[in-house]
Amino acid sequence: MAVTGTNWTCYDSSTMTSREIYGRTLAELAREDNRIVAVTGDLEKSTALNKFGEVFPERIINVGIAEQNLFGTAAGLAKSGLIPFASTFAIFACLRAGEQIRTDIAYQNLPVKVIATHAGLSFGHAGTTHHCTEDFAVMRAIPNMTVICPADGVETSMAIRACMDINGPVYMRIGRGFEPPCYEDENHPFEIGRANVMRGGTDITVITCGIGVLQSLNAAATLEEEGISVRVVNMHTLKPLDREAVIAAAKDTGRILTVEEHNVIGGLGDAVACVLAEEGLSVKFRKHGMQDVFSAIGYAEDLYAHYGLDANGIAEQIRLMMGVISGIDDNWEDE
Amino acid sequence: MPITPEEDRRLREIAKELRMTVIDVMAWAGGAHVGGSLSCLDILVALYFKYLKLNPADPEWEERDRFILSKGHAAASYIPVLSKRGFFPHDELRSFNHFGSPFAMHPDCNKIVGCDVSAGSLGHGLPIAFGLGAGFRFQGRNNKVVCLMGDGECCEGSIWEAAMSIAHYKTTNVIPIVDRNMLMIDGTTEQEIGLEPFAEKWRAFGFQPLEIDGHSFPAICHALDIAWAAKDRPVVIIAKTVKGKGVDFMENRLEYHYASGDSTMCEKAKASIEAMYREG
Repeated sequence: MAVTGTNWTCYDSSTMTSREIYGRTLAELAREDNRIVAVTGDLEKSTALNKFGEVFPERIINVGIAEQNLFGTAAGLAKSGLIPFASTFAIFACLRAGEQIRTDIAYQNLPVKVIATHAGLSFGHAGTTHHCTEDFAVMRAIPNMTVICPADGVETSMAIRACMDINGPVYMRIGRGFEPPCYEDENHPFEIGRANVMRGGTDITVITCGIGVLQSLNAAATLEEEGISVRVVNMHTLKPLDREAVIAAAKDTGRILTVEEHNVIGGLGDAVACVLAEEGLSVKFRKHGMQDVFSAIGYAEDLYAHYGLDANGIAEQIRLMMGVISGIDDNWEDE
Repeated sequence: MPITPEEDRRLREIAKELRMTVIDVMAWAGGAHVGGSLSCLDILVALYFKYLKLNPADPEWEERDRFILSKGHAAASYIPVLSKRGFFPHDELRSFNHFGSPFAMHPDCNKIVGCDVSAGSLGHGLPIAFGLGAGFRFQGRNNKVVCLMGDGECCEGSIWEAAMSIAHYKTTNVIPIVDRNMLMIDGTTEQEIGLEPFAEKWRAFGFQPLEIDGHSFPAICHALDIAWAAKDRPVVIIAKTVKGKGVDFMENRLEYHYASGDSTMCEKAKASIEAMYREG
């Protein structure tokens, strides 16, 4: 097991899932801060909070399969002076218990950290009931809420640490954690609300988050051989959005493709589009993600391929936008 | 220990004054959930004027007990109770419901001094109470957490989710109270969606149910004494009450779930309250 950086990091991203890293990181953090407690609903193992529970059995509450109670309980724990990390599958957090998150947690601006696992299509073979491609839209629309989607386990660990500095609620979505790592180590900055430029480029910018980061980097590497220079921006924080990164991308590259494991309505693409419109920036722009459809069933990697959220699919979108291949309206500038 | 006749008289006097204030608030606010406010008022008085450890001069005092009005629509009695207890002046109640007022149909802890938890969306209070109770226990603190729910509210599944947690984790520092006034908006609980056998349901969930007369201070205080001392098994107090209690023409009447009143109606209501206390 690799132990790097300061004493709160404790992970080996090649052998541990981002969920396991979450549980371990939380346990490390909790050694330093006795306000940290964890709550889950029969998903201690699935959310990897058992990694926390092994170390702090007295500081974890399992409320059973009862998500409304889970987030109400988290609100109460916060009101007693603690910092609860509340975890369940993303879909149950953002929709089943959406009102508890909105009214009990966000409205009272309580420091509850909602760590939602199995987000997007990551639990593909569980079926569409267990997919979650609506959470960005729901959580972005809740005042006081910070919304984060880390790229991999390393960034999850850094984000868990960083969200302790937010004096209010945080919604962080992670997958199942079987996605390949994107960062080798944590020798990169992580600041909530500040995007990371993962790769420079001059022809087009891909603004993405979560699994899209690694896939976009892989697409960019392929396209470089084809003579297309792709900037990749890891917009790990969806709210507050790094407007400057969007403005810079628009001015520098003139083309922006957003890639998200989410419905194109209400998610990262819309957040970026809003900045472009408000700033009066005219660029060639495309939102790539779930095109307002419920997801199909299959293993996650097959779904990513099907919806073009893998490196091949993203490269294809970029080629379309660059006019290298046809398929979308090439005369957009005349309209 | 049973309360003394003097204590009973003291609490009744406070309750009488507050019943009058509920009628005033109904007029100032342009309408209020008067029925459910009057049904739980005696419970609120016992809690705020005898049981809850509070300091109005230091509303955020860490050692205070917490109270959650899960049936948030009873704000028309809860907020006057806070005022009477000394958290803010009585005159401020005149702003009730008006633009910029801290006071509305449902209490908002971001705006009301002395209010611990915002409420109004039914079914939310007991999970928060459990979290507070568990949190205090984590920290080795002795604060009590009282959660007042409506009986109709107990249709919400989240109440029973939290009940399971309280019983499982034996967080006996959490004290649920149900205002069993038997009425919802559209009809009686038993006509609409039966709650009975209500006490047995709580018992089956692991609680010791105490069914009491929710308008008798000796009964309320006796039940609260037992709840305060509970160690291994959580107590739930099922307070049998009368919706609209104290105003004869409002009692047990569906149309006074929410009502507004002109000055004639308010005078009539106050005369009825006066008569009830005169007759003992």
